[in-house]
Amino acid sequence: METGLQRILLIAKLKVRLKQVSYLGRYLALASLGFALPATAEESLSIEDLGLTPVLERREVKIAGIDTEDFAVGISGGLFSVEDFESNPIAIAHLTYHVTEDFFVQARFAQSELGESSFDRLSGGAQLLGSEDKDITFYDLSLGVNVFPGETFIWDRWAVNSTFYFVGGVGATQFAGSDRFTINGGVGYRLIANDFLAFNFQVRDHVFDTEITGSKKATHNIELGAGFSIFF
Amino acid sequence: MIKTLSLISILIFSLSAHAAAEHPDVLVMEPYIELHTGPGRGYPVFHVVAGGGSIRILKRRTNWFLIETNDRRPISGWAKHRDMRMTATSLEDDGSAIYAVFPGYDRSIPAKWRWTIAGGDFGRAAAISTALAYRLTPNIAVQLEGTQILGEFSDGKMLNVSIQHYPFPLWRVSPYFQLGAGVLQTEPSATLVQAEDRIDNTLLVGGGLNVFLGRRFNLFLDFRRHTVLTSRDDNEEIDEWKLGFNVSF
Repeated sequence: METGLQRILLIAKLKVRLKQVSYLGRYLALASLGFALPATAEESLSIEDLGLTPVLERREVKIAGIDTEDFAVGISGGLFSVEDFESNPIAIAHLTYHVTEDFFVQARFAQSELGESSFDRLSGGAQLLGSEDKDITFYDLSLGVNVFPGETFIWDRWAVNSTFYFVGGVGATQFAGSDRFTINGGVGYRLIANDFLAFNFQVRDHVFDTEITGSKKATHNIELGAGFSIFF
Repeated sequence: MIKTLSLISILIFSLSAHAAAEHPDVLVMEPYIELHTGPGRGYPVFHVVAGGGSIRILKRRTNWFLIETNDRRPISGWAKHRDMRMTATSLEDDGSAIYAVFPGYDRSIPAKWRWTIAGGDFGRAAAISTALAYRLTPNIAVQLEGTQILGEFSDGKMLNVSIQHYPFPLWRVSPYFQLGAGVLQTEPSATLVQAEDRIDNTLLVGGGLNVFLGRRFNLFLDFRRHTVLTSRDDNEEIDEWKLGFNVSF
């Protein structure tokens, strides 16, 4: 059997439990209405109610507005090889957000042109695509992972920080007058010149379906490029 | 699409420029801090700042800080966030310290903004979407989303505004519910007869799961039922499933 004191303690404990249960119930009811957890301070006794004055001074905590440079913008150029339509120069604009030192997400927009297809050459004048369809543009949203970070030595004089990365994602390519769902994947190499500038070299494959040459098929289109990005 | 992308980039530019940069001076409270040549574990350590030393924080990239020693000839390098947790802004007379606070790394301090990229299925067509969400309270966020739909018989573009409720925002796997409205532009493929562009208003209801992967980084699975308010007699109901990533900043 418990002593009188233990019984008092047990009752006090039980009361606290009941209080917690009622908080939970209230939270669930309010959460379903779309409200945040309300303050329940009016229920509990404050220090002043007990006639006590705290001796400790409350410290002001100020959060410093440290400049965060996780975003990078940049441009790159190179060659874009479109299946059946030769290789042509490509211009790419990209925006990257570095989530951690390992992961980044990237949005890109690119523009290139189509060359002459074999059909154009062999048909003797007939063109597979009209002149207004000679442009090809795409955008993509990708996730990247940095691998093998380290230093790259350029002769004896310089050591530059660098990393390889794998990147892949989804997007849409506007080709021959319509948008096509595109999957891209590739590998790149980043040279980190200083605190705000980096150079990128990369190869990416863009896979989309076309039916332009008769039957429907998946085409592989290789992008080869180099560029730079500025952190801000 | 160019318009949408440039709008997004302008928005992101203006977001990052909102706060004037501060360079707080702090004291090293760890036994020592290693300085790396770059913001990553692979970049070599070239200097060590001893405990008690005074340093200035210049900027942050992911979980790394660019710091500078407060010496006559300052040395600057990158220090890991883990080594900076104890750094103090000042030391009181009684020997206690006020620690420098670096928010945004923790699930318990959710960030205000979230950028989402996702891919999935919209009524048997491929869908790609990107969204920007702003957290009004720990439980409620508003989101603006642009989606491109690429189907065999028709393509489409959709713009949505939705309100999302997270009943348990601190859970590792956190469910949410959403309600919203938007516009859907449908462009039937040129090869089809009676090809005609349509613009319809839509309403959406749905939910999803947000899975915490790492600092400010989530995987999510999203379901939405869109009710397309067509000009025909019946409204059209379309289900959308998506899998994607979001980052908070």
